[in-house]
Amino acid sequence: MAQDATPPGEQPVAPYTQSNANAGATPLTDTRTFEAFHGVEGIRRIVNDTIDRSAADPRIAEIFISHDLLRIKRTLSEQICYVLGGPCTYTGRDMATAHRDLGVQTRDFNILVEHLREAMSRERVPFPAQNRLLAILAPMHRDVVAR
Amino acid sequence: MTRLLVLALAPIACASLCSAAQAHEMVYGGKLLLTRGVTQVEGAGGGGLAAWSLVTGNETEDGVGASAFATDVRLPDYELRDYGAAIGLFDQFEFSYAHQDFDTGGTGALLGLGAGFTFSQDIFGAKVRVLGDAVYDQNSWLPQIAVGLQYKHNNQNAIIHAIGGRGDDGVDYYVAATKILLDQSLVLSGAARVTKANQFGILGFGGDRNNDYKAEFEGSAAYMVSDRLVLGAEYRTKPDNLGFAREDDASDVFAAFAVTHNLSITAAYADLGDIATLKDQHGFYLSLQAGF
Repeated sequence: MAQDATPPGEQPVAPYTQSNANAGATPLTDTRTFEAFHGVEGIRRIVNDTIDRSAADPRIAEIFISHDLLRIKRTLSEQICYVLGGPCTYTGRDMATAHRDLGVQTRDFNILVEHLREAMSRERVPFPAQNRLLAILAPMHRDVVAR
Repeated sequence: MTRLLVLALAPIACASLCSAAQAHEMVYGGKLLLTRGVTQVEGAGGGGLAAWSLVTGNETEDGVGASAFATDVRLPDYELRDYGAAIGLFDQFEFSYAHQDFDTGGTGALLGLGAGFTFSQDIFGAKVRVLGDAVYDQNSWLPQIAVGLQYKHNNQNAIIHAIGGRGDDGVDYYVAATKILLDQSLVLSGAARVTKANQFGILGFGGDRNNDYKAEFEGSAAYMVSDRLVLGAEYRTKPDNLGFAREDDASDVFAAFAVTHNLSITAAYADLGDIATLKDQHGFYLSLQAGF
């Protein structure tokens, strides 16, 4: 699929091929987890909260400096919605490409996971449903973390 | 293969590994809550009775970490006090020390040992992770696997021989496989241990009934209630080497709670069966662990 025009408010990025395969996981077939996340709106709230807190966390803020937070929030929301079996298309890059040269270490990855945990808890997503999402995201560690 | 080579060359390789990590800059802390495990009775990262393949300390593959623990088990006729410390290197190597005091209290007089007679044991452990990742490999059936050993030295050589034991020191070898099934909120771990230890080594090693190494099993199954609270149960089989008293398997049910990233509390009810002719030794187990 050809890349759409840059969404309003976001900075342009170098062209790449869009595909749901870039999401890096097979979506859940059953929608109960997606519903536990309160659908597209719940996922958007969780992602905004996670990214805002991560970007403000002095331990990992450096990774977010000079990155387009609007784009990160939009694509991460799409990705979570898509992998939970929601009615979304993932338009971002694959995980290895998106994190290339960011120098993310396991500790940074885990700090973001903890902000995501807190955001999911604030959205009142039940703990087992939180774990179903984290189980899908965990294997992405090897593409996100710099070797 | 690389990891096996590292295992074989661990002492030599450490210097080069350390400098490799320093080239990036050492990172302290960073493990997710409870993923360092708690500390089992012999000082290894694990559950309470069972050794797990998780490496102690809060470090990731980019740093070094440490932990310290103290455990108290109150049984009807005995008390076990246990403390120690361990270091974790790059989430791959673990080196541990534990000291156990098994206090016979008033029972000592009954057994002809004298009131307050105490068996003490020092345990030096090493563990190396060889395969898999319990936390991140959620799309694979492969558990995290580690191999380890525990050298134990008991201070009551004469009594051990008097009760039919064959030695005051011994080495246990184990292989542990631990899997976090995150989508089920479950933690499963199993380990095979070859050992000659009587009651973990508290009553020495080998005996008049059997003096060969025996392969034993220890395992844990736990449910994650929250990112801070895990509830579970454990089972551990033990040899039965001494003629004078039967040795039973051990089991427990436990709750482990991460108060902070640096402090965990484990409360359990442990059933250690018969010990040195005294029946039904079960009671409360309380353990504190600090991790860095």
